[in-house]
Amino acid sequence: MAITPPPQRIWWNEPIEKIELIWTIVAFLWGLFMFGFMIAWHFIGQQNLNKEAYRILPSNYEAKVEAFAKKFTVREEQGVPVVKPPAGTDVYILGRLWQWWPILELEKGTSYRIHISTLDWMHGFSLQPVNINISAYPGYEHVITLTPTETGEFGIICNEFCGIGHHVMTGKIYVTDQKRAEVDQRLAAGR
Amino acid sequence: MTAETIVGAVGKSAEFRTCQFTGLKVDVAAQSLIKANAVAAVIFLLVGGLMGLMVALTRWPAVHLLPAEWFYLVLTGHGANVLLFWIIFFEMAVLYFASAVLLNSRLAAPKFAWLGFVLMIVGAVLTNVAVLQGDSSVMFTSYPPMQAAPNFYLGLILFAVGALIGTAIFFATLVIAKEERTYQGSIPLVTFGALTAAIIAVFTIASGAVILIPTWLWSLGFISYIDPLLYKVVWWAMGHSTQQINVSAHVSLWYMIAALIVGAKPLSEKVSRTAFFMYILFLQLASAHHLLAEPGLDASWKIVNTSYMMYLAVLGSMIHGLTVPGAIEAAQRKNGYNKGVFEWLRKAPWGNPAFAGMFMSLVMFGFIGGISGVVLGTEQLNVLMHNTLYVPGHFHGTVVTGTTLAFMAATYLVLPLIFQREIIWPGLAKLQPYLFGIGAAGISLFMMGAGTLGVPRRHWDISYSDAPLSFAHSAGAFLMMGLNGISAILAALGGAIFIIVVVGTVLFGKKITGGHKLTFPLHQGGGAAVSHYGSHATVKLPGTVVLITLFFTCFVLYYFINWKYLSELWLFR
Repeated sequence: MAITPPPQRIWWNEPIEKIELIWTIVAFLWGLFMFGFMIAWHFIGQQNLNKEAYRILPSNYEAKVEAFAKKFTVREEQGVPVVKPPAGTDVYILGRLWQWWPILELEKGTSYRIHISTLDWMHGFSLQPVNINISAYPGYEHVITLTPTETGEFGIICNEFCGIGHHVMTGKIYVTDQKRAEVDQRLAAGR
Repeated sequence: MTAETIVGAVGKSAEFRTCQFTGLKVDVAAQSLIKANAVAAVIFLLVGGLMGLMVALTRWPAVHLLPAEWFYLVLTGHGANVLLFWIIFFEMAVLYFASAVLLNSRLAAPKFAWLGFVLMIVGAVLTNVAVLQGDSSVMFTSYPPMQAAPNFYLGLILFAVGALIGTAIFFATLVIAKEERTYQGSIPLVTFGALTAAIIAVFTIASGAVILIPTWLWSLGFISYIDPLLYKVVWWAMGHSTQQINVSAHVSLWYMIAALIVGAKPLSEKVSRTAFFMYILFLQLASAHHLLAEPGLDASWKIVNTSYMMYLAVLGSMIHGLTVPGAIEAAQRKNGYNKGVFEWLRKAPWGNPAFAGMFMSLVMFGFIGGISGVVLGTEQLNVLMHNTLYVPGHFHGTVVTGTTLAFMAATYLVLPLIFQREIIWPGLAKLQPYLFGIGAAGISLFMMGAGTLGVPRRHWDISYSDAPLSFAHSAGAFLMMGLNGISAILAALGGAIFIIVVVGTVLFGKKITGGHKLTFPLHQGGGAAVSHYGSHATVKLPGTVVLITLFFTCFVLYYFINWKYLSELWLFR
């Protein structure tokens, strides 16, 4: 029994049951496959997290985001600037107690270099309902190249606990079609 | 070097009693320590479990029990009490049992073991007090720059030192048993599994010291800065490895319960032990599971670590997933339940809470905790669920339906064997594993469901009603949270019955003296099952083959479904 010493002292020479051998091989190969598939996705997949990151003083990052927002603000919503950067440029977003700042307006099918960092504590960048979830750190500026594939209004929530106001920490991203005239009309009608 | 020089000058005059069921010699000092640790474990389960219920009721949007401050406070306490204190106190009991009792040996340095116990109690109380004072609601993970009161960290450090002493006593007892030849040949498989847990515990506690001591000094103002990313790497070398101690411990208990109840014997010692050995070699890499969505870490580092080096530790668990039910099937068939594919399972002792809890733990750990863990820990798939409620969903599958249920099941054997008390209210005890198991499975599955729909973890208000920029989750997410609340009530009911039965039995259970009706194993002859490997006498195991085929099919399907989800996301690189 499992609670007594093995009856045969030389237990390591005992033959293995066939079923155990087959299952071990199947499980091992499946493990190898799953291992290989993560590598393969870097070549065949369109969703891989970039490791590009820079150390930066949180206050410096804040200044960068503010300069970026000032340059491309198109309107305001609830006192938060809505920023519409030119296609394909660097876009900055800041997590702080308790908001994701500023609101972004992006174009579908266009790639942006999105910079993410925080001013104070760790925050969780959670794009909903798309469900892209990335950790954001103070002192680390993380850069990912993001291409929206659908239009609409998307929420950013915080999913890293950041104190008593954690549950009011939200942000927003609008994604519009590249045919801007149409979109502007639709948005105007919608508001 | 003798054992005495290792553990200090200890007299050889230990007091023993003989177990009337198993004939094992039981060191009375070890027995008292097992009792003390088991009782402490159950008390912290009570505290942490109540906190868990409050968390679930707050997350249930229709109930929303606690205000935000209390929610975050109670959530921090819930993590520390059940994930750490309940489980590690119980594991100390397992270590003393698997060394002194199973090896017929005296326990090394019982006085030091008591010192360890006292340190653990002091530490656990200190941390709880710090949490309840309200300035340490930093969550169990306490990521900087968020800071808790110094006593929050100090309590954890003292607790870890105590646990380290207990682990050292375990190693020393193995040395003594070997030296005094209290057993023949190799240590039993269950002790081998406990040894695996103890080795991982040393690594775990060392990592904990490396990160918690500087963090404590930082909270006292002696250190000015703790890098949050570095903290996370090292903290999870403790945090995730703790869970690997649990896995090793509860797998050992599966083997133990199967042996004691149906007389199951490992199909092959070699395979089961190799599977444990895989844990020792590879399980500690799991820190990476928590760093897949972090800036600055290289993909190759992530892939190697998150897969435990090509899933070799997962392979270990998948092997146990075959050998444990396989051993039970073989024993049951020898016991005479040989009809068809599943008579052995149908006529298993489902009315025995130790067996029922153990088998549910085995199935749910594999299907719920195991599969979700691999998916969550896949480099790219992680982005779908990172920090959503999927994460607690996954680890309630491992730690609650896996570890906690197995520990509860083992308790039903500890009560008659170590406390020597007859279980009061056996009818209630019979029901308990089902209530708790089904409730816990619901908690896991519904939280995973909510996480898949984007609901964040550690979050007081998923309606974001006070947020300046509003956001609304789908109706399905709210439904999941309601179902999660109902499951939590079910699990809490099961937990309450467990605590009532255990406390009642310890205090008022009829003292067991000779000639008792309990028999271990239930059927004689079970112990002889599969006595010659690979011979014509080997039992065929069609039922187990069906079970693992089902498991493997679910695993593969669920794995690819998630890749499909991932491929539909926005593009990022």
